[in-house]
Amino acid sequence: MAYSDKVIEHYENPLNVGTLDKNDEQVGTGLVGAPACGDVMRLQIKVGEGGVIEDAKFKTFGCGSAIASSSLATEWLKGKTIDEAETIKNSMIAEELHLPPVKIHCSVLAEDAIKSAIADFRAKQQAKRELTGAAPSGAAKSAASASAE
Amino acid sequence: MAIQLPIYMDYHATTPVDPRVLDAMLPYFNSKFGNAASRSHVFGWTAEEAVGHARETLARFIGASNPKEIVFTSGATESDNIAIKGVAEFYKDKGNHIITSVIEHKAVLDTCKRLEKQGYEVTYLKVDKYGRVDPDDVASAITDKTILVSIMLANNEVGTVQPIAEIGKITKSKGILLHSDAVQGVGKIPFNVEQMGVDLASVTAHKIYGPKGIGCLYVRRSKPRVRITSQMDGGGHEFGMRSGTLNVPGIVGFARAAELLIEEGEAESARIVSLRERLRTRLWKELDAIQLNGSPDRRLPGNLNVSFSFVEGEAMMMAIKDVAVSSGSACTSASLEPSYVLHAMGIGDDLAHSSIRFGLGRFTTEEEVDFVADLVIRKVNKLRDMSPLYEMHKEGIDINSVQWAAH
Repeated sequence: MAYSDKVIEHYENPLNVGTLDKNDEQVGTGLVGAPACGDVMRLQIKVGEGGVIEDAKFKTFGCGSAIASSSLATEWLKGKTIDEAETIKNSMIAEELHLPPVKIHCSVLAEDAIKSAIADFRAKQQAKRELTGAAPSGAAKSAASASAE
Repeated sequence: MAIQLPIYMDYHATTPVDPRVLDAMLPYFNSKFGNAASRSHVFGWTAEEAVGHARETLARFIGASNPKEIVFTSGATESDNIAIKGVAEFYKDKGNHIITSVIEHKAVLDTCKRLEKQGYEVTYLKVDKYGRVDPDDVASAITDKTILVSIMLANNEVGTVQPIAEIGKITKSKGILLHSDAVQGVGKIPFNVEQMGVDLASVTAHKIYGPKGIGCLYVRRSKPRVRITSQMDGGGHEFGMRSGTLNVPGIVGFARAAELLIEEGEAESARIVSLRERLRTRLWKELDAIQLNGSPDRRLPGNLNVSFSFVEGEAMMMAIKDVAVSSGSACTSASLEPSYVLHAMGIGDDLAHSSIRFGLGRFTTEEEVDFVADLVIRKVNKLRDMSPLYEMHKEGIDINSVQWAAH
């Protein structure tokens, strides 16, 4: 399999490998894929003030493209609001890394991981609101950050 | 001495031509270029003599009693095709049932599948967790319609050596023909068609340090005399079983390669086993959660097939890109299906995705083994640091108990 230089660069020097505390209420975790299919991606985001993703980490079991896709995804996530993060599409990842057709599923998995991490974060926020009866802070924050730009 | 990169550890795929083999071949490209079928001049006679000598050497190599039992082909795929289709066609009035195993090479499996479409019946025997066919299964699969059993001498992926002699006893007693694809084992482990009761055997030169594009099919001539319907029409070469002008330089090289193994094979296998064990010992000592695929004892000398749990095979191959190996991972195949051989052995898809096949051979050195061991250990650890599954494993989570969404 001939890989693009970008895949090889991300594969050999992956960015943001690591683990965030999944019990932290500001952390959203997405775990997608299956060992039997040959790829499992865990992508985590830490959301700060204003709904901005302060940090993103990943760990991936998978081929070079899967590792490169997750590395790129975490890099793109940092500094984005969660609403912006949701607009990342697999096609953007595939295009950036010049993934061959047989490896497109790796970028799909990365998009799924992003969505899953965001969903997890939102669910935590929802649970927190229900617990405290507080105003929906997450939505207000992301609206605030959008207007600040 | 400095290690020269890349390092070749894929000797099951092919082998380099031994320089002594090449030396033997060279004159037959130019000064001795004759057509072995030319009966009327010295050019033809010289070529024919070389082919005759090669036939004798190859007969000796596999324990055949008659050099005329060696039929030259383009390689093992052709030999497998001629053996199975040729027997099926010739003996179709006697029966239409063939027995083989699920872990055969595609040249056997796909040939059998084609015959099934033509109305033949094929039994694909299962294997145990080590990839071994049970001779009792062969015996119980035999019906009064069975004409042929085809079981490989040794498996190309996991190196498991099959009990051919025991199967040969069964087929002999039932009067059924036995074909063996001996490609991976011959010259490396004992193989003797007379002692093992093999009636047809496929061999190829490029797995034994000979050139590509030349192989042979052993076809027994007595007790019993095996008949096959030829699959290639033409000038009636090779006793009418395989038409086509003989590849004389290839045949000379093939025979020289066999000769070297007759002389040195035993010592070479012992040396390769010790190198393989050196590699295995290092990996097992320094890595956790690794599994040997295949049999611990009935195994090809140069084969080490390992699953490094929680590390995907293709990523692993990329990480050790200066070392040429193979993987059972789906990601390395065009079909995106993990190895059917590992699957047949009951090895889960997750471990199949994590498998790496190291193939050691004649030119593998101790320095290379040590270099590869160091590199693999370092890279497995690096990839595991990146693997969510390894982290879960360390936390005590059973990966198999997690509900994964298949995709």
